[in-house]
Amino acid sequence: MKLNAEEESLLAGEGGPLRKWAMDHQIKVGRYLGAKDFVPVVQAHIMADTESLGKAGVEWLEQWTKLPFEQRKVKIPTITDPRGTDFAAAERIKQQPWMLDLERRAIDAFESFGVLMTNTCINYQTIMPPVKGEHAAYGDTGVVIYTNSVCGARSNFEGGPSALSAGLTGRTPCYGFHLDEMRLATLQVNVKWTPRELNDWGALGGVVGRLAGDYWQVPLLAGLDRIPGSDEMKHFGAALASFGSVALFHMAGITPEAEKAEDVLPKSKTVRVHNVTEGDIRALQKKYLNEVDSVDLVVFSAPQLSLVELQQLADFLDGRKTKIPLLAVTSPQVKPDADRMGITRRIEAAGGSVLEGMCFYQSYAREMAEANNWKRLATNSAKLTNIIGGYGYKPALLSMEACVEAACAGGRIAQ
Amino acid sequence: MSEKIFYATAGMGRKLEGKALVAKDGFSARYDLDRVRGVFSRPEHKLAGENYNGRILVLDAAKGGVATAWMLYEMSARNIIPAALVLNAVNPIMVQGAALANVTLVSGFNVDITLSIPNGANVEIDPSAERPYIRVL
Repeated sequence: MKLNAEEESLLAGEGGPLRKWAMDHQIKVGRYLGAKDFVPVVQAHIMADTESLGKAGVEWLEQWTKLPFEQRKVKIPTITDPRGTDFAAAERIKQQPWMLDLERRAIDAFESFGVLMTNTCINYQTIMPPVKGEHAAYGDTGVVIYTNSVCGARSNFEGGPSALSAGLTGRTPCYGFHLDEMRLATLQVNVKWTPRELNDWGALGGVVGRLAGDYWQVPLLAGLDRIPGSDEMKHFGAALASFGSVALFHMAGITPEAEKAEDVLPKSKTVRVHNVTEGDIRALQKKYLNEVDSVDLVVFSAPQLSLVELQQLADFLDGRKTKIPLLAVTSPQVKPDADRMGITRRIEAAGGSVLEGMCFYQSYAREMAEANNWKRLATNSAKLTNIIGGYGYKPALLSMEACVEAACAGGRIAQ
Repeated sequence: MSEKIFYATAGMGRKLEGKALVAKDGFSARYDLDRVRGVFSRPEHKLAGENYNGRILVLDAAKGGVATAWMLYEMSARNIIPAALVLNAVNPIMVQGAALANVTLVSGFNVDITLSIPNGANVEIDPSAERPYIRVL
């Protein structure tokens, strides 16, 4: 890779050993993925939960906290993805003291680098939405796909070590979706039925993700009969990224780089074309229901809920009583508003719990299942259904309203 | 022997030999693994129930989220980790995780590598060769 003078000096250790490590790490990654040079980034976002860091990862972070502050301080605004716990709710969901201890150690380490502990995967709705054309180094696949597709900014999937590196160096290797030519569509999906509910948008994301196949594919969707809102884009993108590892999509006439389909279709070659029907979307949802007719809990998470989603949930729960646990997970930025506006009170009066700053699958889901005897869950998040099977759960993908009905019926799913 | 060598477009890590665990399916440490027991735990995965510790995983594409970037390091620290990853298609997370954890990784072939390496075969990987490769021994 071609390095400028500043990058050479960081690699030589003139910014201290942590920045030297960061530059070396970024060069290894950049060389592997064909980057010719670096691109400055405006912001970094770190996936930082201890369920993935583990004890070894936390100790790795802590080794750097002894450096002088000027050698460990991030150079650009650097924020965090959800944590592995909501400290205020940890006892209620039977998380263990060792998990909280590890979380506190990780927080201390990140704060010692000057990282802002935002603990959110919906920063594009709550913190600072990226601007079209900006380059960023975001972790959380849902954040990246929304950033690239809906905002028209530019990021690859940056895992924790690489996002931290970007924070420390203020740049990232210039490959993948930082490059114009990689942002062109590689497949076209003609959507024959426009989803209605958030779980439908997620299921569409799942279907398209499976068609796409891998990270380097860029689906162009055509045929939608209306403009999806922010929460609909959020669920669609999160599922597409989860099922397909996809980081960028276009919607003809809707997303900023695809004013017309021709804007993102390659000039010199044709792309494969698929049709997706309502039947395809229902089939993905039904597959989960074939295995589950009753659930032990209901989870709204992955991504964290917006204020609007929490209000919708409160509306469904007013005057009802849940008979199984119902968890609604949001960001630390949304929760105070939900408290202030009485939304949290309405959800909790019906027996639900509003949790903040965590995400269900990033919060020791396997250990929570064992401690609470949870085996089956209902959710309106297609992303969560795709992930949670590996943690030992059987999921059902339902609308928010149907999830509430199940929670109030003792877990039984209406067929 | 040349028909048993498959060249990759990129590689990192050290040269090694081992027994391949092969499936035409994706890979994510978070989605697919019980990392404590060292087995594939996602019921739908074609390797569900298989122990991956010390095996050379030959799979189709990197899937899922960003967690694998930290998780490979954590798995390495506990010595319950695949010996190497061989993928038709990587995403950046696999590369970032392998770089932090010093895991051998090769990817990008002109054939479907999951159909070319027999499950259980003894293979050699050299990611640092001028043309990184995997070879059936």
